[in-house]
Amino acid sequence: MEESLFAPGHRACAGCGMPTAIKLVLDAAGPNTIVASPTGCLEVTSTPFPESSWRVPWVHSLFENAAAVASGVEIALKRFGKTDTNVLVIGGDGSTFDIGIGAISGMFDRGHRITYVCYDNEAYMNTGVQRSGSTPFCAKTTTTPTGKLSLGNPRPKKDMPAIAVAHKVPYVATASIAYPVDLRRKVKRSLEADGPAYIQINAPCITGWTFEAGDTIEQARLVVETCLWPLYEYTDGVLTDVKKIRRKRPVTDYLKTQGRYKHLFKAEGGAEVLAQIQAMADANAEKFGLID
Amino acid sequence: MRKVVEGSYAIADAVRCCSPDVVSVYPITPQTHIVEHLSEFVADGKLDCEYINVDSEFSSLSSLIGASAAGARTYTSTTSQGLALMFEVLYNVSGMRLPIVMTTVNRALSAPLSIWNDQQDALGARDSGWIQIYAENVQEAIDLTPQLYKISEDPKILTPSMSCMDGFILTHVYEPVDFLDEEKVKEFLPPFRPEYVLDPKNPKTFGAFADPSWFTEFKYLQFQAMERAKKKITEVSKEFEEIFGRGYGGLIDTYATEDAEVVLVTMGSIVGTIKEAIDELRREGVKVGLVKIRSYRPFPTEDLKVALKDANVIAVIEKDVSMGYESALLTDLKGAFYNSSIRTPIIGFAVGLGGRDIGIKHIRTMVEKASKVKDARIESEFEIFDVKPECL
Repeated sequence: MEESLFAPGHRACAGCGMPTAIKLVLDAAGPNTIVASPTGCLEVTSTPFPESSWRVPWVHSLFENAAAVASGVEIALKRFGKTDTNVLVIGGDGSTFDIGIGAISGMFDRGHRITYVCYDNEAYMNTGVQRSGSTPFCAKTTTTPTGKLSLGNPRPKKDMPAIAVAHKVPYVATASIAYPVDLRRKVKRSLEADGPAYIQINAPCITGWTFEAGDTIEQARLVVETCLWPLYEYTDGVLTDVKKIRRKRPVTDYLKTQGRYKHLFKAEGGAEVLAQIQAMADANAEKFGLID
Repeated sequence: MRKVVEGSYAIADAVRCCSPDVVSVYPITPQTHIVEHLSEFVADGKLDCEYINVDSEFSSLSSLIGASAAGARTYTSTTSQGLALMFEVLYNVSGMRLPIVMTTVNRALSAPLSIWNDQQDALGARDSGWIQIYAENVQEAIDLTPQLYKISEDPKILTPSMSCMDGFILTHVYEPVDFLDEEKVKEFLPPFRPEYVLDPKNPKTFGAFADPSWFTEFKYLQFQAMERAKKKITEVSKEFEEIFGRGYGGLIDTYATEDAEVVLVTMGSIVGTIKEAIDELRREGVKVGLVKIRSYRPFPTEDLKVALKDANVIAVIEKDVSMGYESALLTDLKGAFYNSSIRTPIIGFAVGLGGRDIGIKHIRTMVEKASKVKDARIESEFEIFDVKPECL
């Protein structure tokens, strides 16, 4: 087996979905790749000076500017005639959905040949599980706690892939670490696109979501099978591929396994919320044609 | 080649002569003409570079981090709110030791909104780890441009730098200037060949995080580089003078200081007005001189001690104010002398805020106030100058 481009020894939590996502992405991209990352779990766990897990050139600047930094890398490579080198951004959902969205919009708008990969663990995990724009409806975080007046995050998850599609970028996809062949194929396709690409990978967070140790991949599979995380692909603005679900599972099969949703099975009003979340999954199944 | 042109055009041409690989810009008054002219040069094939229009000043400087780390010579320009929006990136650039060069057009910071000149913006970025050199006139701003690349890109320095020029006063003025000779610039400024770049053949990690066992060393090395820049700025200035025939002194310059009793200290375009005022006053027998700060960071402590040691009173005139204390240069100058044998009284004036015009008559008033200090106690150590009486 070839040596991974993301070396072991990093400080990610045991059971974290993110390093698996990174390995799969780099495996597909290959060594002729430069990566820019924003501040976040990936950055702090992979580059404690003087160590680094990166076997490809890697650059980190700030929390909200990775897309701009990557734009500069890509434009410099163009200047030097090195257009065969892949440029990736790999960052979490906080930097992608929230603080860095302006720079991402600029990167999309300018048409850089960059694949932006978001490993999505649905909250600010690096700072201790605070709500992000990616946090799902009624998930509990440390800034959307449950209480007498609260059932967790009051807002649905922001539809970031749709925002990417709206920029008319040539390639947008969602992916999952539970479907590695699909994930690698999508990374490869994104790198062939003549312009910006966006890939959003579901990356379960064992400490933030609280589930059984050893269940990371199972979590990633369940969210797809419940249709809460549809796997799809947009090419030039057109939906070109979806991962069909053979046996659609009820959302409770997924939600009941995680501490962040525990309150929905006990608190008053929880049943209504579960019904609302089921309706979201059903809407996904309908919109993307997930069920034959 | 001597021509009458707008200051911004002259700066754009100076940047062109430095052959940047990547120019990344976002428009903001009164910086716009510089970047517009650069885009025209690119459109006309007069400047061969990658020019990108980005979504904010935050992204313009951020994109240059990527470009510089990939081995490109880079340029941007901004002012005021744009510089403030870059604040986080400024520290990051210097900490990553990327030799980015920026023209900082000096303008007031809101609120109230003002598009006019003062130097609050750049002085607010004093501690960001950038070399800051202030130009007296358009010619000096032109000539600074290749000098800053040469200073910043030195492997022993690797520190970003900003050329500070007063908004409108210098960016929009039409005056005769000598253009840089492109061939001479090539001779003066070698191509940028950094030792470490983002290269898949030799993968390196840029921007790792440092825990408490390493952070101090990063800052120490940055501090040492800035110390080395003092000598480098002077050397490069001399070398430029040998090739181009125009010199500006080193970290500071002086005017009529030899027998001066009152010595004014300032930086930027107000230097020209002060020189005129000094000529007038000298004709009347008033012994007044000027020390012009060129390099504000690194701060020219030793040069200032030599230049100011014989003054009876020192008056600092500057276009910024630190709410709750005084103005920045005044504080720095007093600090520089505290442990020395110099016991000269130092007073300060915050002037020209938000573009208020400062003329010769105002300089005369300040010299008059300073002259009174030499025989008596200091009445007012610091004042915001020229405030409407109804507000006093």
